[in-house]
Amino acid sequence: MMIVTEQLKKVYGKEKIVAVDNVNLSVDKGEIFGLIGPDGAGKSSIFRMLTTLLIPDGGSATVNGFDIVKDYKKIRHCIGYMPGRFSLYQDLTIEENLQFFATVFNTTVSENYHLIKDIYCQIEPFKDRRAGKLSGGMKQKLALCCALIHKPEVLFLDEPTTGVDVVSRKEFWDMLKNLKQMGLTILVSTPYMNEAALCDRIALIQSGKILSVNTPEKLVNNYGETLYTVTGGNMYKLLNLLRSYEGTDSCFAFGNSLHLTLKYQTKKDTVVAYLQEEGFKDAAIQETIPGIEDCFIKLLKTN
Amino acid sequence: METVIYTKKLTKRFGNFIAANELSFEVSKGEIFGFLGANGAGKTTAMRMLCGLLMPSSGEANVAGFDVYTETEKIKQNIGYMSQKFSLYEDLTVAENIRFYAGIYGLSFAEIKMKTDELLTKLDMRSEAKKLVSQLPLGWKQKLAFSVSLVHDPKIVFLDEPTGGVDPVTRRQFWDLIYYAAGKGVTVFVTTHYMDEAEYCDRVSIMVDGVISALDSPGNLKKQMNAPDMEDVFYQLARKAKRSE
Repeated sequence: MMIVTEQLKKVYGKEKIVAVDNVNLSVDKGEIFGLIGPDGAGKSSIFRMLTTLLIPDGGSATVNGFDIVKDYKKIRHCIGYMPGRFSLYQDLTIEENLQFFATVFNTTVSENYHLIKDIYCQIEPFKDRRAGKLSGGMKQKLALCCALIHKPEVLFLDEPTTGVDVVSRKEFWDMLKNLKQMGLTILVSTPYMNEAALCDRIALIQSGKILSVNTPEKLVNNYGETLYTVTGGNMYKLLNLLRSYEGTDSCFAFGNSLHLTLKYQTKKDTVVAYLQEEGFKDAAIQETIPGIEDCFIKLLKTN
Repeated sequence: METVIYTKKLTKRFGNFIAANELSFEVSKGEIFGFLGANGAGKTTAMRMLCGLLMPSSGEANVAGFDVYTETEKIKQNIGYMSQKFSLYEDLTVAENIRFYAGIYGLSFAEIKMKTDELLTKLDMRSEAKKLVSQLPLGWKQKLAFSVSLVHDPKIVFLDEPTGGVDPVTRRQFWDLIYYAAGKGVTVFVTTHYMDEAEYCDRVSIMVDGVISALDSPGNLKKQMNAPDMEDVFYQLARKAKRSE
C-alpha cells in the first residue's frame, strides 16, 4: 500500500466545520486513484494532509509507509505535489522553475530528464517565457514537470484539469497513463465526472465523507436500477413533465437526452403512452448504461 | 425574432496579435447561446468587447440595441454578468448583496425591497437572508449570484463558466434557472467547459484561434461533423488549434 488513511479528520475554525470526516482510503502502488467530488467536498484538505502541509485533527495516515505527522520530512522527499492553485514562481521562466525545483531536491534536471521528457518537449520551445505569461494548458504541463523532477514515488495532483479545455484535458490524462507505466502511484482529484472512468479506482466524496470506493466499472455495475434515456421534443418541457409524473423516481438532463429512473412497478411502455398523450409524439425511451455522474447523483440522494 | 446581439467582422488586435478575428454572429431574444472555445481562443476578449469593457479594433457590434464603441455605459445598464471567479461579496450577507447590486443598478428602495422578497422566495433562501455569503455552500452561492445578475431585469445575461466545480445535481438546478430566465425572454450568453452543458444551448459557437470555426444548433453540429456528442464536436475542432493563449 502506498497511501493509507484511517479515520482521517480535519475540522476548521470556531464553527468546527468538518471538512474531512473520518476518511478511510488505501491506494496501491502503481495505481491511478481518483478523488471525485464537487468543490468543498474536502478533496484539497485530504491532499494537504497527505502532503504534510496540514496537520489532521483526528485519525492517521501513511504515505509510502511513513506517518504524515511524525515522518513528514521523509514524505516530502518521495512525493510530488501539484496544488489546485498554480503555485510556481510567476517571475521565473519555464526553465528556471524546473531548475529551481530540481536544485531544492538536491538533483539536476538532466538526472531525471527521462521522466519528464515527453511532457517537457511540448513546452520547451517557450522555455525562456515567464511562468506567469503561460496559458492554462502550458502552466499545467510545467507544474507537472516540476512535481516530477525529483523522481517521486507518489504524485498528488489536486484538480489538475479544472478550467482547462477538453483537448488539453485529454492530453493530460494520456500523460498520467504513461507515468503509471513508469511505476508511479497517482492520487488525482477532479470535478469532471467523465474523467473518473480513466482511473483504476475512484472514491466519490461529498461533504467530507466518502460515499463509495470502487473501480469505475463496478461502480456502474452496482447502480442497481434500470436507467432510461428519454428523447423527443423540447427537452425542458419534457423534463418538467416527467418530473411531475407519478411514476418517475428521478429525472435529470444529461446532454442531449434525459436520464430517467422509474418507481417500482412503473413500466416503460406506460410512460411512453403517457408522453404521447401529452403531445410528445416522438418521445422515445431506451434502456441505457449509467455513467459515473448517474452513480454520483444516486449516491447523493441516498446519503 | 428580435436580435439582441449583433456583430459584424468584430476584431480585436493587441499589437500584432489578433485575439478576435472578424467575428460575425447574431443572437436572438430569449436564446440560450453557448460560447465555447479552446483555452486562448479569444472567448474572454470577445466577451469583454460585448460587455462594453474593451474597445474593438475594427468591425461592428450592437448589444441590447447599443453600440459597443459609443454607448458602452448603456450596454452595462442593460446586461447582467456573472462569473465563477467573481460575483458576490463574501463578507456581506445575502440580503446585503442583493441590496448592493440593486443599488448599483439604480433601483429605488421600494423596488429593492420587492426584488429582495421575490428573489429570496424563488430561491427558497428566506431563512438565509441574514447569513454571510461566505457561509453558504458553493451551489447556493452560484444560484444566488445568477439571480443577483438579473436583479435589474437586463435583456442579456453573460455567464462566464457559471457551473465550475459544483456537484452534478446543483449543476442541473442551475440550468433550470437558466431555462426559466430564457423562458421569460432573457437572452443567455454562456461559456462552459462541461460539454454536456453545450447540448442544453439553443445554438453553440466554437472559437478556435480567434475565429468562430462553427456555429449552429448542437443537433446540426453533431450531424455535420458526424459526432456522437458535443465533446467530440469540440475535440475535432479544437485539436486543430495552433495557438494557446
